[in-house]
Amino acid sequence: MKAPLSRLAHTRSGDKGDTVNIGVIAWRAGDYPVLVREVTEARVLEFFRDRIAGPVERFEAPNLGALNFLLHGALGGGGTISLRIDSQGKTFGATLLRMEIEIDE
Amino acid sequence: MIRVANGQGFWGDWLEAPVRLVEQGPIDYLTLDYLAEVTMAVLEKQRKRNPELGYAADFPPLIERLAPRLKQNRIRVVSNAGGLNPCACAREVLRRAPGLKVAIVQGDEVTARIGEFLAKGYRLNNMDTGEPIDNVRDRILGANAYLGAFPLAQALTEGADVVISGRCADSALLLAPCIRAFGWETDAWDLLAAGVIAGHVVECGAQATGGNSQVDWREIPDLDEIGYPIAEMHADGSFVITKHPGTGGRVTSDIVKEQLLYEIGDPRSYLTPDVIADFTGLHLTDEGPDRVRITGAKGRERPACLKLSINYAAGWKAVGTMVYTAPDAIAKAQAADRIVRRRLEKLSLSFDEIYTEYLGWNACHGGAAPAASEVPEVQLRVGVRGQDRSAVDRFTREVAPLVLSGPPGATGYGGEGRPKVREVVGNWGALIPREEIQPVVEVFE
Repeated sequence: MKAPLSRLAHTRSGDKGDTVNIGVIAWRAGDYPVLVREVTEARVLEFFRDRIAGPVERFEAPNLGALNFLLHGALGGGGTISLRIDSQGKTFGATLLRMEIEIDE
Repeated sequence: MIRVANGQGFWGDWLEAPVRLVEQGPIDYLTLDYLAEVTMAVLEKQRKRNPELGYAADFPPLIERLAPRLKQNRIRVVSNAGGLNPCACAREVLRRAPGLKVAIVQGDEVTARIGEFLAKGYRLNNMDTGEPIDNVRDRILGANAYLGAFPLAQALTEGADVVISGRCADSALLLAPCIRAFGWETDAWDLLAAGVIAGHVVECGAQATGGNSQVDWREIPDLDEIGYPIAEMHADGSFVITKHPGTGGRVTSDIVKEQLLYEIGDPRSYLTPDVIADFTGLHLTDEGPDRVRITGAKGRERPACLKLSINYAAGWKAVGTMVYTAPDAIAKAQAADRIVRRRLEKLSLSFDEIYTEYLGWNACHGGAAPAASEVPEVQLRVGVRGQDRSAVDRFTREVAPLVLSGPPGATGYGGEGRPKVREVVGNWGALIPREEIQPVVEVFE
């Protein structure tokens, strides 16, 4: 069944230059494989497509039950240049929690 | 075991946090992290206006306030408060707290050496985009290399009560006391990685103790008096993240995980000047209330290059806002945005970017926000950025007129006056072989 990512994970996001990072952490270690299957580079790029140039990179940290995403070209030039209210990408993690994923019944 | 606490996560953080850290329980070292890419840009602007500025101005009065307690409890301070001007920062600290032994660590600033580096064949291409440095060469304001922890540790060995560094890796502030206390060698990669990872966990202050955390945030007690993080560091590289008993906030492995992943790239290769740290063997254990033990840090040989942070002049920007009320708040704000853009077009003003967002609807969530629906109120926020200051200045006159000449229901424009034109300082990351950078440690009494 479909559910928002917030059902399985929590997040924190921040900036480096024009790149946003989003850490996605499974609430329960057993759900980590679902994150690996569902929260792919392609789907994250598609989810943020109106705001980021890309590409999106994903890294795995199974020991933390976590994925880390780098969203390149994501801040309109970077924290000091950006015209956005969220010039340092602080809320990208919260936004990603809206993403619909397929979870195991 | 040594206790290293971090009392500031950025310049602008809670002023009381470091005071509470030294008063509410035992610590051996107090680190204060003031710098970020954005902060370096602000310091650059301040130093341009006044050569005596360019450091974290909160720091000297804080040290004055803390001085009696630092001496009494033999707590030593390690900070990057020096920013772009460690000398001026140290002078002000010595003036306000004359009994302290103060060290400065510099050698990070290489602004005057850019030409020399290029002549030697170092390309200084943008490490994120690959762009050539020529794109910004004639607009460079300053360049600083990220120093590692060893010169800071040397300052502690020389007896400094307060170490004031220029640009160094944030995590070096905590690693330095470990090197000093445990004698960790320059090639003890796993131990250095442990210090770096502990430093990374605490470098953003209360983000390690329940601040900005999604982990049951309603249930986290007393954020108004949140305890800032303390790392209990052991000589074998294991450590415990905790906070003083009786303080607010919470330390759990879920909360610490959020911070472990904050502003990192590949968790197998967290690059710092002293070691490449690997997070993927870490093991977190909740070993008691507000105590998380971390073991399993692994490290690999330090990188051959250091990161340079180059600030350059990137034009001008201004942001104007206007609040619209229901009915049809979003539609009114969108109409106002169209009016501003048409008026700018008819003035033949050109900008690098015009960006519009609607606070209360899509400013944070962008296209992931639900479709525009009836909201009681929304704030139009429209910004411009460009190389021509006069065009940006002209833009600042185009927002307030909407009150009388745009859609109905507009307010909230008057309090701050016209939008301010701000200088934009861009940040450019590049690499330089580490042999080119020679840290300098000086101690003053």
